[in-house]
Amino acid sequence: MATTTHEAAGHAADAAAAAPGMPQLDFSTWGNQIFWLIVTLVVIYLILSRVALPRVGSVLADRAGAIANDIAAAEDLKQKAKEAEAAYDKALADARVEAANIVAATKAEIQADLAEATARADAEISAKVAEGEKAIAEIRAGALEAAEVVAKDAAAEIVAAFGFTAAPDAIDSAVTEKLKG
Amino acid sequence: MATEAAHGGEEGGLVFHPMDQFIVKPLFGGEGVHWYTITNATLWMALTVLAIVALMVLGTSGRNRIPSRMQSVAEMAYGFIYKMVEDVAGKDAIRFFPYIFTLFMFIVTANLLGLVPTAFTVTSHFAATILLALSVFLTVTVLGFVLHGKQFLGLFWVSSAPLAVRPLLALIEVISYFVRPVSHSIRLAGNMMAGHAVIKVFAGFAAIAAVSPISIVAIAGMYGLELLVAFIQAYVFTILTCVYLKDALHPAH
Repeated sequence: MATTTHEAAGHAADAAAAAPGMPQLDFSTWGNQIFWLIVTLVVIYLILSRVALPRVGSVLADRAGAIANDIAAAEDLKQKAKEAEAAYDKALADARVEAANIVAATKAEIQADLAEATARADAEISAKVAEGEKAIAEIRAGALEAAEVVAKDAAAEIVAAFGFTAAPDAIDSAVTEKLKG
Repeated sequence: MATEAAHGGEEGGLVFHPMDQFIVKPLFGGEGVHWYTITNATLWMALTVLAIVALMVLGTSGRNRIPSRMQSVAEMAYGFIYKMVEDVAGKDAIRFFPYIFTLFMFIVTANLLGLVPTAFTVTSHFAATILLALSVFLTVTVLGFVLHGKQFLGLFWVSSAPLAVRPLLALIEVISYFVRPVSHSIRLAGNMMAGHAVIKVFAGFAAIAAVSPISIVAIAGMYGLELLVAFIQAYVFTILTCVYLKDALHPAH
């Protein structure tokens, strides 16, 4: 190391002699620097142009492609979502129309059933009314007959109460005559 | 270190050697600096290569669709330069993208590595930046003539100006064209050198107890600024390369 420092100091002195304080102007080192710089630049150029730049370029291109693909896919999905929404809206509208149709049909059906049932009920009611009237007439007829029997019985009792005896036929005919009266 | 001690021994007291950090010296001893000698400059160029390999090759080895941190830095660098080439030099300049990306990665990595304490800054040397600038200049000039032949000279003949002033403008254009590699290289090396030298000067002041807090704060501030400069100079070098390339591809004004 001692020789190195001596050497360096000597060079510094040389440089100082040539141009005070400017090692840059010590031309004895220029050849060395230029040679090694050319070597350095060639090495850097070869490494960059053969290995690094194609690699970085392909990575960037790959990423740009991936991003473009993703954007396209997103656009596609958006389109699909729009279509699905339209289909959904259409289905909803169709369902509404159908529901309205069903409601109307059902209403008409119910109306028809109701009319039929009403008619049937009316017929039944009138039949029942007729039956009832017939029964009432019968009852009324029965009642007249019963009244005649009661009247004849009552007349026979009354006659007996007055102490007479009368033939039942005579009482019957008399009561029948009075009732007709 | 030993060099500074030797200097200190000569003069004594408060001494600054802000330029000693730029001395190119053999790494393993030996007789002077030959063209093949492995020097500290060689070491830091090699470290630059390793850093670039670590970022651009190892960092992207996963080829992940969702990038890791390293991969995302590598992709950011790629996208940044790709867009710059496309926007500044045009779509047909994309075939030069690997060259421009090599330039950018080398400069930005060397600049940032130069900020490691005790590091040697490769890009602070005119030898390095003149090589870079001249290679750009020669490439652009040759490309211009190969693509457009004599029409490339139309770059200097401002046809939109009045005829009377065109010769004068052509002279100015020619001068400015040949000054390009000079400004291109000196801008980069000058910026790197100045920042590092200023930090060294502040560091020299830190030897005085009374001002050392100020000087340490100043070093911290300068360091932040230097980080910015390291990136901006790489950016400027690259974008100017793109601008020159555009001139070669589309010489019309």
